[in-house]
Amino acid sequence: MDIKTRKEGVYTIIILSGEVDLHFSPRAREQILKCLGDKDNVLVDLSCVEYIDSSGIASLVEGYQVAKNNGLKFGLINVSDPAMQVIQLSRLDTVFPIHKSLKDRMEQDI
Amino acid sequence: MIKNNKLAEICIPSQAEQLKIVRDKVHMIAEQQGCLQEDIKCMVLAVNEACMNIMQHGYGPDICGNIVLEILRDNDHLIFHLIDFAKPVDECAIKSRPLDEIRPGGLGVHLINEVMDEVRYIDCNDRTGNILEMKKKIKKKVRES
Repeated sequence: MDIKTRKEGVYTIIILSGEVDLHFSPRAREQILKCLGDKDNVLVDLSCVEYIDSSGIASLVEGYQVAKNNGLKFGLINVSDPAMQVIQLSRLDTVFPIHKSLKDRMEQDI
Repeated sequence: MIKNNKLAEICIPSQAEQLKIVRDKVHMIAEQQGCLQEDIKCMVLAVNEACMNIMQHGYGPDICGNIVLEILRDNDHLIFHLIDFAKPVDECAIKSRPLDEIRPGGLGVHLINEVMDEVRYIDCNDRTGNILEMKKKIKKKVRES
């Protein structure tokens, strides 16, 4: 798994790629919580996620909750098919704010 | 009495970095058996989740026991046996969190039950540990004309 971050307007984009499993999800969780701890609005880009398990999903849920409790924005963008499948199986597709793209998210902010 | 053909067996230590080996093995065997890609993804997910449960709750973070994965074929089913040597599981205590209760964790059992056709613990014949059996029907590929 690889993690990259970049700033885009009011958001920090966290780009996860590869396989987000129990071995690597603690790194994803740490990065998400660090950005939220810095009071950043966070969008997690899942376009390059080839596999995600329930530990990876738990990191996203935690991020969503921490953001909500601290008045920050949190969402998922460019969700890959394998990631979307697990999100849907977990019935979280109606819980997470999910956007087709960063542009899509930005347009909602206007 | 069903006659099962054992297709593969691997033994891994209870460590998160071993999960990829398990996923790759399940993927390879399921593909060799002609399973649909969507079903292969389901089997990979379920076996991964079950292994995680053994690592996190069976052995726990402080014990590195072994986990054995057997993959068998019984007619039109693939059967996965996950064997551990941890304390016996209390089946009544294994449950998914209510899905409308949004919190991290507690999804593994739900995902396994969602994607597999049959999930149960089978008798260990007095040996210490647990054997989790998961079955998935092998659907035939529809040929394009």
